[in-house]
Amino acid sequence: MKKALQLSTSLALASSLLLSACTNDSASKPGNGAGTKLTFWTFNELHQKFFESMAESWNKANPNEQISLEATTFPYDDNHNKLLVALQSGTGAPDLADIEISKIGNFLKGEPQLVALNDIVDPEKGNLVMSRLDNYAKDGKYYGIDYHVGAEVIYYNKEILDKAGVNPDNIKTWDDYVQAGKQVVEKTGKPMTTLETTDQWSYWPLVVQHGSDLLDKDGKVIMNDGVNSEVLTFLQKLVKDKIAVVAPGGFHHAEEYYGFMNKGGAASLWMPMWYMGRFTDYMPDLKNKIVIKPMPVFKQGEKRSSGMGGTGTVITKQSKNEALAKKFLAYAKISKEGNIQIWKQLGFDPIRSDVWNDPALKEDNKFTAYFGKNIFDILTGVKSEIAATNIKEKTPAVSDAVKTKVMFQVLNDLKDPKQVLDEAAKSIK
Amino acid sequence: MKADTAAVAAGKLEKGGAVKKLLYSPRIAPYVFVLPFVLSFLIFFAYPVFSTIQMSFQEVLPGQTRFIGLDNYKNLLSASFYTALLNSSRYTFWTLVVLIPLPLVLAVFLNSALMKWSSFFRSALFIPSLTSVVVAGTVFRLVFGSLDESVMNGFRHLFGLPTINWLAGSGTAMFVLVVLASWRYIGVNIIYFLSALQSIPQELYEAAEIDGAGVWHKFWKVTLPLLKPVSIYVITISIYGGYSMFTESFILWNGNRSPNDIGLTVVGLLYREGIEKNNLGFGSAVGITLLVITMIINVIQLKSFGLFKKEE
Repeated sequence: MKKALQLSTSLALASSLLLSACTNDSASKPGNGAGTKLTFWTFNELHQKFFESMAESWNKANPNEQISLEATTFPYDDNHNKLLVALQSGTGAPDLADIEISKIGNFLKGEPQLVALNDIVDPEKGNLVMSRLDNYAKDGKYYGIDYHVGAEVIYYNKEILDKAGVNPDNIKTWDDYVQAGKQVVEKTGKPMTTLETTDQWSYWPLVVQHGSDLLDKDGKVIMNDGVNSEVLTFLQKLVKDKIAVVAPGGFHHAEEYYGFMNKGGAASLWMPMWYMGRFTDYMPDLKNKIVIKPMPVFKQGEKRSSGMGGTGTVITKQSKNEALAKKFLAYAKISKEGNIQIWKQLGFDPIRSDVWNDPALKEDNKFTAYFGKNIFDILTGVKSEIAATNIKEKTPAVSDAVKTKVMFQVLNDLKDPKQVLDEAAKSIK
Repeated sequence: MKADTAAVAAGKLEKGGAVKKLLYSPRIAPYVFVLPFVLSFLIFFAYPVFSTIQMSFQEVLPGQTRFIGLDNYKNLLSASFYTALLNSSRYTFWTLVVLIPLPLVLAVFLNSALMKWSSFFRSALFIPSLTSVVVAGTVFRLVFGSLDESVMNGFRHLFGLPTINWLAGSGTAMFVLVVLASWRYIGVNIIYFLSALQSIPQELYEAAEIDGAGVWHKFWKVTLPLLKPVSIYVITISIYGGYSMFTESFILWNGNRSPNDIGLTVVGLLYREGIEKNNLGFGSAVGITLLVITMIINVIQLKSFGLFKKEE
């Protein structure tokens, strides 16, 4: 009898342990419990929060089609690796998942294990920045929906520019920029900008604005064409002339870099709009000192911005509720209200251009408090000038070569740009 | 009716007896006991290894796996692979140079009766190995930063030396990797050597003393030879550890992207090709090559220590 009692107690304990281990926070939230279960994997906690809030408002608007969203945030690499393995092996994938733009090439190889989203994209084509969806497309089928345009902009430190007597509004071309840079270095002793040596954001946007890309429309490697080497030579010259320094920590996301910039390390940097969050979160001392402007151009008439970076939300072929997942995805990321929420909650420039003029985007939030009101005027100003990138199967390989070899050899070792690009292009099979 | 119940009861008894008989059988019991190990070995090691060998001859894409012969191995003969192999070999060499003699000597000191605060030093030296590689790597990245204010550059300034970018040069980057490895693993190796030292009988030293042996002689003639089995073990796992290093480099450079591949290791290459570029077939070929290389090196090492000789 005693033995039986012991056994049952220990069994009960073990099962309660197991149960508590399985309980998921998001699943146990009120109002989220009933309805069809949809799973979502991401690598960004903010994306998870955004989707959870969209599920909540979906449930309010659709009492007959309740969703219980089970969202999980993994580290960046885990998210993509787990998804890749799940799709490769044919089991264990979620209904919805986030795939970062430089990883999408991996998922489009062979026969994509993702659901084509044309039936939710096509009706809204007129309102969407379609170049952003082309990045996730293969053979005319759209597989992912981005969060943002990722418009490339330049962030100036107004305080440093004022000291040097430079007006950022007068900087229209890269020649103007170099002139202003010389003045800044002379008057303040600070570099005009920083360039990444282990990432691609100082280089790729300029190449795209100047009319080329790393890959062409058919996915062929063109990273060693004339435009590429011209841009790279220009960047090298900035370093040689001491107008630019290489970014401390190697790239614009290093802890060292945030510290350096926060102390007013350089007068400007160019990054996509989504970099705003890094300012508000990691460089608090620059509040009200940073102004956002369109990019300078190499030649008058060239595009003043390009769409950079991004994350597409996809639906996997393993989803058992494909139709519902599609409807929900369209609600969260294609609809007008979804796009307004993307700006409000995430601070991203939404892919639906008809909301850019919406009064909701002028409301105060942490970004307007930091950068001033009317951030969106910049975006609407360059609306028709956002050059598109070619994201193809070879994107992971090309971007890898740029990150590990090209930038470092040209900006740090000061090797000949053309030669470095030729070697890099040759190494990609 | 009564007879039926009796028969069932007898059957039950017989059944219980059969299980009991099986478990108590001296011939079968050993197999039952090793079964969990054999099963886990087959499922989690042998099967993956064989399927990796198979995959290394394939192009692996969802729904489109096909055999491509030796193409993956042919592609292996590239600059990246040589860089990775060279980096891993350099790293293994330097960790062996530092992580065998240094912990051995420290263990001898810590084992000595003359040593004061011995247990304090033991724990102080062991604590780093409890730190996660990720945390340690992040801290080292900042300590060896490129700014004037970074700790190690500040240290150089004390001697009038200029600021350098530690993680951008091949030599300095290897130095940082080896320092990180030494800091983390010295404690673990000390524990191995300490436990071996404590099993050396005191009488041997007394006998040596009677024969007139000094401190040096005792170390060379008694301590060192008796530490041989443990040393071989430590060398073997260090070779394995050196060649399988990846996380340290991944964290130091904020990802698998050290400039000019100065921190690219063989496992880093496997990860880059197999996962980052979704070419699992090629990744498998890298993995199999790594397995063969470490096996060859370890066999040579064990042979040179005479581990395959018959006991006399």
